[in-house]
Formats: sequence, C-alpha cells, structure tokens
Amino acid sequence: MPQPAVSAPVLDARDVCKRYPVGGGGLFARGPVPLLHAVDRISLTVGAGETVGLVGESGCGKTTLTRMLARLIDTTEGSILFGGDDLATVPAARFAGHPARAAIQMVFQDAEGSINPRFTAFDAIAAPLRRLNGLSGAPLRARVERAAEQCGLPLTLLGRYPHQLSGGQKARVGIARAVATEPKLLILDEPTSALDVSVQVVILELLAELKSRLGMSYLFVSHDLNVVRLICDRVLVMYLGRIVEEGPAEAVFRAPAHPYTRALVDSVAVPGQIREGPRLRLSGDPKSPIDPDQNACRFHGRCPRGQDVCGSVAPPEVTPGTGRRAFCHLPLMEHA
Amino acid sequence: MSQPPLLSVEDLSVEFRTRSGTVRALEAISFAIARGETVGVVGESGSGKSVTAYTVMRLLDDAARITSGRIMFGGLDMLGADAGTLAELRGRELSMIFQNPRASLNPIRRVGQQIADVLLRHANVGAKEAGERAVALLAEVGIPEPSRRAKAYPFELSGGMCQRIGIAIALACRPALLIADEPTTGLDVTTQATIMDLVSELGRARGMATMLITHDLGLATERCDRVVVMHAGHVVEDAPTAALFAAPRHPYTARLFAATPRPGLALSEISTIPGGLPDLRRDDLPPCRFSTRCDRRRDACDAPPLPRVTHQGRLVACHNPL
Repeated sequence: MPQPAVSAPVLDARDVCKRYPVGGGGLFARGPVPLLHAVDRISLTVGAGETVGLVGESGCGKTTLTRMLARLIDTTEGSILFGGDDLATVPAARFAGHPARAAIQMVFQDAEGSINPRFTAFDAIAAPLRRLNGLSGAPLRARVERAAEQCGLPLTLLGRYPHQLSGGQKARVGIARAVATEPKLLILDEPTSALDVSVQVVILELLAELKSRLGMSYLFVSHDLNVVRLICDRVLVMYLGRIVEEGPAEAVFRAPAHPYTRALVDSVAVPGQIREGPRLRLSGDPKSPIDPDQNACRFHGRCPRGQDVCGSVAPPEVTPGTGRRAFCHLPLMEHA
Repeated sequence: MSQPPLLSVEDLSVEFRTRSGTVRALEAISFAIARGETVGVVGESGSGKSVTAYTVMRLLDDAARITSGRIMFGGLDMLGADAGTLAELRGRELSMIFQNPRASLNPIRRVGQQIADVLLRHANVGAKEAGERAVALLAEVGIPEPSRRAKAYPFELSGGMCQRIGIAIALACRPALLIADEPTTGLDVTTQATIMDLVSELGRARGMATMLITHDLGLATERCDRVVVMHAGHVVEDAPTAALFAAPRHPYTARLFAATPRPGLALSEISTIPGGLPDLRRDDLPPCRFSTRCDRRRDACDAPPLPRVTHQGRLVACHNPL
C-alpha cells in the first residue's frame, strides 16, 4: 500500500510556466505577439519515496511540463528546487554538465524509439555512465551489469541490438539506462503503454521494487488511469496547461471533485465490471491555449456543470478532503 | 440460433511463408457473429486478432496462405469469391476502421472527398449528391461545422476527428458488419469513450454487427455482447461477456484477466502470466499452445487433438478448464 511522504520534497516546482510565441511578430507587427501557454503557473512537489501521477489529455501540457522538470527545455518563468538548487536558473543547453543531471533521469514512452538502433543494450546503458560519471573500462562494465541485473535483464542480452530484443526487454533497457546513474528522481513517460498486460505487470512490479531498493521518487505520466490508480500515491490532473485537481490517488479517483476529473474517470471502462449509473461525458475540444483568458476557467465551454461565473471569474481553490485541492466554482462535493 | 449468423468462420487456418520458416498464424479457428451483435476479439499482440480481421476482409498479404476453413458472410462463400465480388462487398456490406486513424486516410485528399469516393463507388450517386451526403455523414459522426471540415485535409484534424472520418467512410454505405481493429488505441480516454459511443449508437440505429478487436478488456466488457479470446493463433474461449468475466473457464482467459489492473486491486494482487508466446514457426508446436505457460497442464494436454467443447453457448479449448 502506498505511504504518504513526510520528509522534505525531492522536487519542489513553483509557478512553472512555458509560453511559446506563435505567429504574429515580424517587423511590421502591431501589438504583442500571441503566446501559447503550454504550461501556466504549475506548482508541484514530489516527496521522498513518493510516486506522483500526472494525467490529462494530449495537448494539456504534460509533456512540456515533464521536459522542463527533466531540464531538457527551458522554463519561461518559475523555479524548480531540487537538492537545494534552483535548476530553472541553469539553461537546458548547459544542464548536461550540471551535477543534478545524473540525479534526474527519464524513462521514455517508446523504448524502441528512444534507444539508438546502432547501440547494443550495453552501449545504451553505458552512455549516461560514460558521460555523467566519467566511467570506462572495468568499473563501467561492473556498473552496467549491476544496472542490468537490477532491472532483470539477462547479461547475455547486453550484446544485442534493440531490434533483437522483445518489447519487455527493451523497456528494461530503457529503465536500466535511467537508473544506472542512481538518480533521486525518475520521470516516467508512459513507460508501459506499448506493452501487453502480461508484460506490463512485470514492468510495474520492477519499478515498484527498484523504487524502494534504490530510494528513488517517481513522477509517472500516463494515460492509463487504472495503472495510475494502481501505483501512484498522489495524482495531479492537468487540463490546458493548468492543474485542475490534485490529491491522494485513491481518494481523487473514488470521488473526483473537478468535473474534468469526473469525466476522465467515467471514460475508463473497468474490465469485468458492467457500469452502473450515468456517465459524465465531454463534448467538443479544449479551448485554444493561445493567450487564454486569465479570468475564466479553462474548462468552461466544455464543462457539463459550467455556468456564467465560470467564464468571467478564475476558479477558486477548494479543499474536497485531506491533502486535496481542486480549482472549480462548482465542484462535485459528494464524498464517499 | 434459428437464423444463420451474418458471419461464420469455420476451422480457419492461415500460414505466412517467411524466409525464416512458416508461421502458423491461425489454426482451426471458428466463431460466428449474428446480425446486430457486437463481438469482441481480445488477446495479446501476436495472438492473431488482426490476421483474423484481415482474412475476413480478404486483405491478406501475398505471403499468406489460407490452408483450411470456410468464411461465410451473409450466404456468400468469402474464400471462393472472385476479386470483383469482394471489391463490391468491401465498403458496402463489410467495412473496417483501423488503429491509426490518420495513417489510414489519404493525406493529400480532402476528407469530404474521401467519404464521397466510397459513395461514388458503391452507392450509385452523382458527384453532387455524394458530396452532400458526405457532409451529412460528417454531421452524423459529430463533427462540428461539417461543410467547412469536409474541405480539410487529415493533417488539419485531431486524432479523434480523423477516427470520426474513418467511421464516416466505413459507415457511408450502411454495412452489415463493421470490423474495428483497435479503433481507440492511441486516442485520449475521453475521446475513446465518445468514439465508442458513436460506434455503438450508429451500430444500434442501423442494426449493424461489429467485430471489435482490442487488447483492452475494459472496452470489451463495456461494449461487447460476446467475447472471443485468442492466444497464439487459437480461439481459446468464446462466451457471452458477463459470463466470461464472471467465471473465465480457459486458464489463459483467467490469467489475462488477473493480469489486468483494476480499481480496488493492489499491485501485489495482480499476477503475471509466466512465459511468452510460443514461436509459431516451430514444426513441433504442442496441440495446446498455452500448455507451456499453464499451471493446470496435464499429460493429456500434450496429446492431439485440442478439444473444443461447446457448452451452454460457451466454447472452451482446454483439457482441464476451470
């Protein structure tokens, strides 16, 4: 069973923003350049030993947010506190040389596409150790083999190329590469979405075991709410660049407060369980993220509960339960 | 069943000849779909779900050989039919929607024209009427501003929109059977639900049967009247949905269900399926292709033939069912 984190957070991101200028501009442009608000003032923490889930539709900014936290792209505003430093002040281009690079690692969605096809499994796992830890020769081999062993990858497979490995084995290479540098924070972007259920369980168990064994914290991005519910202590629900709800995963999924969370939960069919009662269904598409109205709820127009106030006043923070937050004028407050 | 089924697949076997040997992709599979029925075909990758769909559509690759069996569709022997008959049938009586909606559309043709193409080919209408009906179909599949969207190219539309176009193309001629091959994989969960609502509603309104190929047991539970479970080219179980999940009889079905995350279960309560799919190129494949992974295996399992027992509308291919 998940345990709540008590100590200081490993990662503490505050008011992180990413805005991209779009169109307009140019020599004769008048007025300000339109800005696409991909991530709009998001604050989040990941506690020691905690698994935090991040869910939301494509285009909501999940990927942009995780790329910023992994310091692959620069933030427009905000701070990313990690191990006493504000990493947001380090340009992404120079972050590869920063000591925190080895401490924040990422497991990518597409294990196939994220491993260099001309690298053997050994080379793939060795690359970050060579670059970040300066290892070579026997110590390098020992570390690669240890990472492979920890991830249940037989050492006999280390000489193979990605195309010679199964989906589950490739997933293990991707995880071994990420944990080889002994990170404190692992950002996992849909690590099991391409896998069959029988393999998925094995990989999820591996991740749970590695977390406690190596003392890591996870930020887990996924579309699969059943998986998020299974392995995450806390969940953040994103909509159009904003967090609309957060709290303990089981509580949020059992009794969502934000109508968007409710719609997400209602969209998921439960295997072997015939659904009872009506579902909250969404129609239409999200609004444009370009220069959004700061005095309106982003979900307004698509929200089945929306009223006039939602279009003219920014939604207030409400507390549906312990450790929970939601941003809504008309939250669903029937509790279990 | 008093009426003959709309689609019946009997004893179908399909092989692929490859450089590294013959892959026995389907072996003696049988199932049927009644008019208006929604049947799910579930299983992991490599189980033969898509090969089954492509065989029914008669869209198999040249490397494939149908070595035994019969496919009857609305009284027509699909394996004996000539190319012209099949071409008349596909798109009119028998349609398919695909996993990757954007890739299954023509990238350099306006979506309205792509819908009209089907109508021009099959519905005996002129260009003007086809265009008008295409716009009406776009409205029917829930696309806002249909006359403007008809002029869009696939890249200008979202994944969910592209799948709606795919559905509009598939349903343009009111087919009797729709084959949906992982129609919502890769779409957002909210979009998945609306796309499946659309397929269910249109199916019901038109009395259309649907063969829903999916690896998602949740989707199968929610949308299907009956579920066919496949493993390594065999149909291992075929049962009404509620009965199947309430009490799976084939050990593989039980294992697959037990490996699927569900609310209320902890990670420790979810079990894995040991081993992997057998290599389907082997000459000495055991009669039961699950036997090497099965904890209910008995000596009898190694002796052919694999039993296929039908009892109270359920089929189980196992010597030692639950």
